[in-house]
Amino acid sequence: MNADTAPLVEMLGIDKSFGGLHALNDVSVNLFGGEVVGIVGHNGAGKSTLIKILSGALRRDSGEIRIEGTVADINNPRDARALGIETIYQTLALADNLDASANIFLGREILTKARTLNEEAMASEIQGVLERLQIKIPSIREPVINLSGGQRQAVAIGRAIYFNAKILIMDEPTAALGPQETRMVGDLIKRLKSEGIGIFLISHDIHDVFDLSDRITVLNGGKVVDTVRTEEVTKDQVLGMIILGKRIEEETEEDLASLH
Amino acid sequence: MTEGAGPRAQGARAAGTFRRVAAVLEVDARLLAMFAVLAAIAVGFEFATGGFFLTARNLFNLSLQTSVVAIMATGMVLVIVSRHIDLSVGSLMGLAGMFAAVFQVWIFPIGAGYNWIVTLLICIAFGALLGAFQGYWIAYRALPSFIVTLAGLLAWRGASWLISGGVTISPMDETFQKLGGGLEGTIGETWSWVVGGLGIIGIVFFFVQSRLRKQRYGFKVRPLAVELGLIAIACAAVVGFVMTMNAYLHPIRKTPQGIPIPVLILIVIVIVMSLMARITRFGRYVYAMGGNPEAAELAGIDVKKMTLLIFVISGILCAIAGAVSIARLNASPTSLGQLAELNVIAAAVIGGASLSGGVGTVAGAILGALIMQSLQNGMLLMGITSAIQQMVSAGVLLLAVWFDVVYQKRRLLVR
Repeated sequence: MNADTAPLVEMLGIDKSFGGLHALNDVSVNLFGGEVVGIVGHNGAGKSTLIKILSGALRRDSGEIRIEGTVADINNPRDARALGIETIYQTLALADNLDASANIFLGREILTKARTLNEEAMASEIQGVLERLQIKIPSIREPVINLSGGQRQAVAIGRAIYFNAKILIMDEPTAALGPQETRMVGDLIKRLKSEGIGIFLISHDIHDVFDLSDRITVLNGGKVVDTVRTEEVTKDQVLGMIILGKRIEEETEEDLASLH
Repeated sequence: MTEGAGPRAQGARAAGTFRRVAAVLEVDARLLAMFAVLAAIAVGFEFATGGFFLTARNLFNLSLQTSVVAIMATGMVLVIVSRHIDLSVGSLMGLAGMFAAVFQVWIFPIGAGYNWIVTLLICIAFGALLGAFQGYWIAYRALPSFIVTLAGLLAWRGASWLISGGVTISPMDETFQKLGGGLEGTIGETWSWVVGGLGIIGIVFFFVQSRLRKQRYGFKVRPLAVELGLIAIACAAVVGFVMTMNAYLHPIRKTPQGIPIPVLILIVIVIVMSLMARITRFGRYVYAMGGNPEAAELAGIDVKKMTLLIFVISGILCAIAGAVSIARLNASPTSLGQLAELNVIAAAVIGGASLSGGVGTVAGAILGALIMQSLQNGMLLMGITSAIQQMVSAGVLLLAVWFDVVYQKRRLLVR
């Protein structure tokens, strides 16, 4: 990371309320290229709201988003995509009844001259991406409901990468996966990192976050508790931040003991 | 699927073989199964009616009877695939038909050259408007389609009474009557062959085009023999259809009748709707919405606008069905299209449209309509009372959905 260059993403002083619920309160996070920033917190801590604002699914009440140093106006998913921000949602934003190819190109289909779907062109295009990411799926013409959880996740990631995402938001990417598939997705994340892509990793699983992130931002009650470098902290300290909502310096021995 | 003993395992094996055959031919296993069911029904009735079911005359009638329901069923497929339902189709068809009749008989001079086409266009525009109205409430006011179209079912029927004053409007314009496929409403021998010829050209073009495109991108293609075989079967079906329609003679003139105009309308609609569903962005989005509405929205698809358009299309198709119906009856009664929604929904569902969304085909719905109509037609020929006919139709509907549930559990088959 170079201190002179602007971060890939800066979210500054983001506020968001749903009726009386203050979901995000002056939240600031940033992300550099080739970096994974884990965003952790309880259910309702504001993780999903934060990433939905970055991905354009929700509109912020106030605050600023900068992409590579310039202020960006993100009002819908299209805006976010135009800026190279791709989101892989927890609920797997795949249409189960469509095949991998249709899912990857959903909303951005390749058309023939006669303005009809060019299935073959789409299929041959994504084969390259799948090979590059070493993603193996039985058939790209198979409805994705017939794929395993890890393969479906890979399709979702493949979609993001095909469209040259610079910034990837992954919401619980391993939540529904077995150990082997979790490892597969972990390897994929490392490969994306080495290509210079910045990744926000939203997860419940503190182990995943520790394995994959360079930095960790902890949210509690809609506020940022702190952002720490993964190598400088222990899992217990981060757990303390999540549960108690206190910065590491404020955590006492008793606090940490109470976690066990 | 686990290995087991007994009839259940045998059934599973047979189903497996069937799917493998379908996979080799690269045709939809489900459509193939429906053709088999249809063939079984036809053969069964052929015996039961002492060889009357498969006469040219009866097949001609059957195709006519099927067309009104089938026209609406093609739209119902889109509606159901996108996780909605349209209960208003019968009433909407009735009101659009009544509207056309009012203009044709009461407002424009009967016999004027422009009458038939202007009233047809008014009818279609009116159907689109009613569909848009329903679609607006469903898409932009987020009301369940079940409720909105239930309201439509009541309201359009009431409106139909209101504008006609409760009377049956008749007779229709003579040119307009041809749309209904009466004795004069067919295109004759020569034109039927022209249509058949175009169909064959279209089939060959479609197969060649899709094969070339696959080859260009280096994908596996069917073995040439299989490809030629499929082309031959499709072309034979077209030739057989034209020959059957031409074999039915005008009762007085004794000249071949050829393809009835409503059936021709249906053919055009099926082609347009199938292409729309399969090879356009619009169709892709309809299936995506049905598969995962959230995913569709996140992919940047304007789900609301899509929903509105789907109901506009359904409205247009109902209007066309209404026009065909009043032309065929040569009158527009206030009961026009009553209970048609049930046949239309049944046709789509029997044809494989899944009410949980995302699954269904236009071709399937047509076969579904044909199966339903064949049963009704056959039972009528056998002199079975309408009470029993209704119960048999209900049984078929239940069976089809049950089959669907079992089938979906094993494997989700798309389009």
